[in-house]
Amino acid sequence: MGRKLLTENINVPGIQSLSVYRQQGGYETLKKALGMTSDAIVEEVKKSGLRGRGGAGFPTGMKWSFLAKPEGVPRHLVCNADESEPGTFKDRYMMERIPHLLIEGMAIGSFALGAHSSYIYIRGEMMYVFHILQRAIDEAYEAGLLGKNIMGSGYDFDLYVHCGAGAYICGEETALIESLEGKRGNPRIKPPFPAIKGLWERPTVVNNVESIMAVVPIIKMGGDEYAKIGIGKSTGTKLISACGHINKPGVYEIELGVPVEEFIYSDEYCGGIRNGKELKAVVAGGSSVPVLPKDLILKLANGEPRLMSYESLSEGGFATGTMLGSGGFIVMDEDTSIVKNLWTFTRFYHHESCGQCSPCREGTGWMEKLLHKILDGHGTLSDVDLLWEIQSKIEGKTICPLGDAAAWPVASAIRHFRHEFEEYVKNPQNIKKDHHYYRVNNISPEFA
Amino acid sequence: MSADKEIKFSDDAYALVQKIIKRYPEGKQKSALIPVLHVAQAEFNGWLSAPVMDYVASLLNITSIEVYEVASFYTMFNLKPVGKCVIEVCRTGPCWLMGAEDLVKYLEKKLDIKEGQTTADGMFTLKTAECLASCGTAPMMQIGEKYHENLTLNKVDQILDECRATVIEPISHWSKKEIKA
Repeated sequence: MGRKLLTENINVPGIQSLSVYRQQGGYETLKKALGMTSDAIVEEVKKSGLRGRGGAGFPTGMKWSFLAKPEGVPRHLVCNADESEPGTFKDRYMMERIPHLLIEGMAIGSFALGAHSSYIYIRGEMMYVFHILQRAIDEAYEAGLLGKNIMGSGYDFDLYVHCGAGAYICGEETALIESLEGKRGNPRIKPPFPAIKGLWERPTVVNNVESIMAVVPIIKMGGDEYAKIGIGKSTGTKLISACGHINKPGVYEIELGVPVEEFIYSDEYCGGIRNGKELKAVVAGGSSVPVLPKDLILKLANGEPRLMSYESLSEGGFATGTMLGSGGFIVMDEDTSIVKNLWTFTRFYHHESCGQCSPCREGTGWMEKLLHKILDGHGTLSDVDLLWEIQSKIEGKTICPLGDAAAWPVASAIRHFRHEFEEYVKNPQNIKKDHHYYRVNNISPEFA
Repeated sequence: MSADKEIKFSDDAYALVQKIIKRYPEGKQKSALIPVLHVAQAEFNGWLSAPVMDYVASLLNITSIEVYEVASFYTMFNLKPVGKCVIEVCRTGPCWLMGAEDLVKYLEKKLDIKEGQTTADGMFTLKTAECLASCGTAPMMQIGEKYHENLTLNKVDQILDECRATVIEPISHWSKKEIKA
């Protein structure tokens, strides 16, 4: 059983409330942090080796140390709670159940960065969680944990929660900032980076919910102790949200380094493939990362077991590897149509493209149409080549990474499952039965 | 809403909007736009008409075009009238793997409308949504602020019946209850 740093108390009855959270030692770490210097806190986060848990994996401590601190200009910490990456539902799970952990992390992080007002940007669809956070913030204000002179430290800190309104792109940090300014979520050209000019042109750090929550155990135990957990440069624990054709979908906190095979088949985690089926493929880190077939997700090209870590999942580059990403772990059984699943992803990126950059705006639509044509039984072999060409002309050619995120699933599906595309093209009469579509449980007889 | 009727927030909503505006520094009140549009959608029958958007612009002291361009960018804002219950079915990969396609077809048949349409009695609008971060409890759909998860067709029947029996006025993501709170 791995160590639990974030989810240790998640099942304590009433942990959503301030009183129970404090009974479990909540806000003690904030008290400790308020007695440290801000530089010392940043140093502990650096030593911990914590890497951004939203998907990019950039070292959090380093991101913090880049923040510009011009005299007289306010700065902000912004929490990215716009969790929208298909397959990812860890942040919602955490904020709903233990909102004070995020508030405590925001207070510690803001103190370390010298920010006196900070924002949690939550996606609008999670409106009920927005209200949970607001109530938790109200509780914290009443208890003197937020507001003027928090915990008698002399530090003034205001925390606000802000909601979006349905746009995946707002998970990209500069689009999120635009949205928080009351505008369309169009990503900005970098530089300048948010650390120099972010929210309202002020120095800003944007961190994922899980990254901010992880600061609490890091300050509690010390960066060095935290860094002992995990494997190599993948330190600490990671929340993995597992879904698809497994027996036990849900959010699991793992020590980085657990073998993928153990994660999928052990009863402690996913509990194996449902209905006694075989594993076909996995998208290991949210819809944007490359899909891998069974043999490559379980083992590296050299035959060694693949591990749930940043390095091991990306071992082999995109030829044989993938990415840890957001930890959105999507499992597909032997009956799954890779082409059809890819079409749902491509439709998603087409829908979510903000429209600023032509390669992404047009390319995602072309890819969706080509996949639809193939699924409709009218595809040709040259369509498969054209799909490949289009994705290669989106990747790296857009302002923000949404273009890459749209290209990688297409590239990897063709790279590893080209035979399936060709089968659809050569034998369109077989598509209907192969072209699996999953039934809802307990389907009513008049509809089945 | 008839054109001659004055567009004005209820006292509760107006107080809430003033509270929201205070969350941002002075002069940065435009930041309140998205939350305020959610409140407006809840106040004015679940959608944003041009006069409603003009009203929001005047409250925030910004131009109407600044409101229109935002309202038209975000999928949660309805720019046309909708039914009392807007059903949003998640359709992205993880939900598709668990039968979301069945769910949409079933709802279309059951409500006798196509995706994007509203039933003749004005009770239901059927929409599909992209990933709602509920992949481990798929398939799922959202009505107002509520997530209905681990759906079966029987459960869908129950939810529709319950809506028909209990919903009198349009329900929005930002619920009326939360506006009063």
